[in-house]
Amino acid sequence: MTGLRILLGAVILGGLGAAAPFTPLWLISLVTLAMSTGLVVCGLIILWRGGLVPFGQALFFATGAYTVALSGRWFGLTDAFLLIGLAVIMAALVAFVVGFLLAQYREIFFAMLSLALSMILYGVLVKSETLGSTDGINVTQASFFGLKPRGPGYTFALFWLALGMVFTAWVGVSAYLGSVAGQLAGAIRDNEIRVEYLGISVTRLVHLKLTISAALAGAGGALAALSISHVDPQMAYWTTSGGFVFVTILAGAASVPAAFLGALLFEIVRTIAVALLPGGWQLILGSVLLLTILFVPEGLGSLMIRKRAAVTEKGAA
Amino acid sequence: MQGTSIRACLARKVSAALLFTALPIAAVAQTTPAAPAVPPVKLGIVTFLTGPAAGPFGIPGRNSAEIMIEMLNAGKVPAPYATPGLAGAPILPKFVDEAGSSANQVTEFRNLVQRDGMNAVVGYISSGNCLAVAPVAEELKALTVFWDCGTPRIFEEKPLKYVFRATPHATMDNVAAARYVLKKFPDLASFSGINQNYAWGQDSWRDFVAAMKALAPKATVDKELLPKLFAGEFGAEISALLTTNSKVVHSSFWNGDLESFIVQNGARGLPARSTMVYTAGETAMFRLGAKIPDGTIIGARGPHGVMAPDTPLNKWFRGVYEDRFATSPTYPAYHMAQSILGLKSAWDKAAAAKGGQQPSIDEVVKAFEGLEFEGPSAKIRMAIGNGHQGIADIAYGSFRFNKAEGKAEIVDIVRYPAECVNPPANMTSTAWLEAGMPGAKCN
Repeated sequence: MTGLRILLGAVILGGLGAAAPFTPLWLISLVTLAMSTGLVVCGLIILWRGGLVPFGQALFFATGAYTVALSGRWFGLTDAFLLIGLAVIMAALVAFVVGFLLAQYREIFFAMLSLALSMILYGVLVKSETLGSTDGINVTQASFFGLKPRGPGYTFALFWLALGMVFTAWVGVSAYLGSVAGQLAGAIRDNEIRVEYLGISVTRLVHLKLTISAALAGAGGALAALSISHVDPQMAYWTTSGGFVFVTILAGAASVPAAFLGALLFEIVRTIAVALLPGGWQLILGSVLLLTILFVPEGLGSLMIRKRAAVTEKGAA
Repeated sequence: MQGTSIRACLARKVSAALLFTALPIAAVAQTTPAAPAVPPVKLGIVTFLTGPAAGPFGIPGRNSAEIMIEMLNAGKVPAPYATPGLAGAPILPKFVDEAGSSANQVTEFRNLVQRDGMNAVVGYISSGNCLAVAPVAEELKALTVFWDCGTPRIFEEKPLKYVFRATPHATMDNVAAARYVLKKFPDLASFSGINQNYAWGQDSWRDFVAAMKALAPKATVDKELLPKLFAGEFGAEISALLTTNSKVVHSSFWNGDLESFIVQNGARGLPARSTMVYTAGETAMFRLGAKIPDGTIIGARGPHGVMAPDTPLNKWFRGVYEDRFATSPTYPAYHMAQSILGLKSAWDKAAAAKGGQQPSIDEVVKAFEGLEFEGPSAKIRMAIGNGHQGIADIAYGSFRFNKAEGKAEIVDIVRYPAECVNPPANMTSTAWLEAGMPGAKCN
């Protein structure tokens, strides 16, 4: 991760932010929502590289979303930055606690145990009538450092906030993936015993990865809650987790920006499918996933990485 | 060299971004039709087209919308709706599937209003989706008529300006059920309930218990069962109900749960011990027929279906619906029809105040508030929720299978006036029930 690439990323995101007032509002809300999914997928990539596929990331996503909704409802907190910070802390905290158990497991056992934990949260939320049960609860509109934009201004503010979060996540996750702990992910996937012989605790490393990915999922949940203005237990349901895994397959674990592009592509494909085939849009979504697995098995990100690698080789020669 | 690669990368990213932006716009551009003389009113219709709620609710709703819009455009609906379209403007519907998360619904709602330029939206069966869409409708100032969701929370949590619901909320179903039960069993000592463990089931049961407490304080609750949604198998629950002495068992089940519960408890002989009360039972009565024991108490979320009065509008509605779809309209079809007729009444009233010109959305909103209009099955009065929530009469009856004709029937129908089963304008339903339903006028 060079300074130049950070600058480039900042320029692209800044450009998107500047273009916002000239873009249709529905598209801005759609992109904001896609970015919230992108944040979760960003966290999934960290686990994915270590060979871990959680089918219960919705646990942390919903924790973040409900933290935002309940902080507003019970404590009257409205500042978006404070709410997102709280959501990230809560999600990371939940992951830290369940991590003591979850980090002991790998492969299908890890996937199923994480799924089970998220379904426990779902069950609790559905049974809680004070939290609106399956109907969920509304989220009060947030403020930004005391400013209270309303109408289209609110949509823009959330979009800019989303861009800021994407930038932070991109820089942070790229830095982590480049660090020793991040680079060890591949080694964990290939041979845990050798990693242990290097004097590194694999369990602790997985615990850390889980906590980081949960923090990102919490941030995604918080952004989704603010953007939809409503939370419901569906956010903790396994289909939500499945959606995140779907996007990760679409995006691939090779590149961090691909997580956001994959999420955006997924949301756009879904919305076009709903418009084209009101009674069978799920068919289109399923076909896209099948075609991705058949023709781009490593995900969209692999296309970007492969080309870049080819260019760098030529450059070196 | 490094520079070239970055530029190439940037170009790729920008072109990708442009492509993503252009795709949906292109899709929209294709679906926009040529403008006729009077610009049509674009109406978004959201209903379940896929998933478990499509069969019993979503598809009857869509069918009803289809036929109502077609007939309104042709000016073929009987008086007082005989004028074509909405104040002369033809209705151009766009159907959207309600399946998916509430995030999807909010996104699709924004797409309908901001991308597709819908003038109004009639939508939503799921109460969760109604609650999620309401603040967005307010933010976008988009006229929205909820047509089937039941939760009383919509207008009770905060006043809304652009959102309406002509269909009465679910409190009335359970208050009327309690009144009907006590008419049949005046000395009821105890009752039980089996409801799905999600918002609809929990709310229905809470309202029913509160109404019973107010009307028959001595009756006690035996068993309170809340199996999970779409459980499909109720062996343990039926065993539990068989151990009680409850004369009456309340249930707000719908869809597959309702049908499998009826078949399973019939095989175990539960109806011989307890009379079952199905607040949404009407959607299943024609499919199950003789499998429903005689005497079962059936509700239809209003005086719809076979409990509807014999007015010209109702006769016409049943006629065109049965001709087209070869089945009787169930209550979701009525809910959709009355929501569209409410919108038409408000639209026509606003246009009349403007000398026949097409009204603005704000003028329609103003005309809709507190409106009274005729639905196929009852008069709807937008009397509560600051004039945004409709109330209407409701009917309950007992099931009977007519063996001679092989037909499912409802007998002993009792109609309850709207004020008898709905809270007054200045009270939330929970507060009204807890206070013992003050001000209820039943005659």
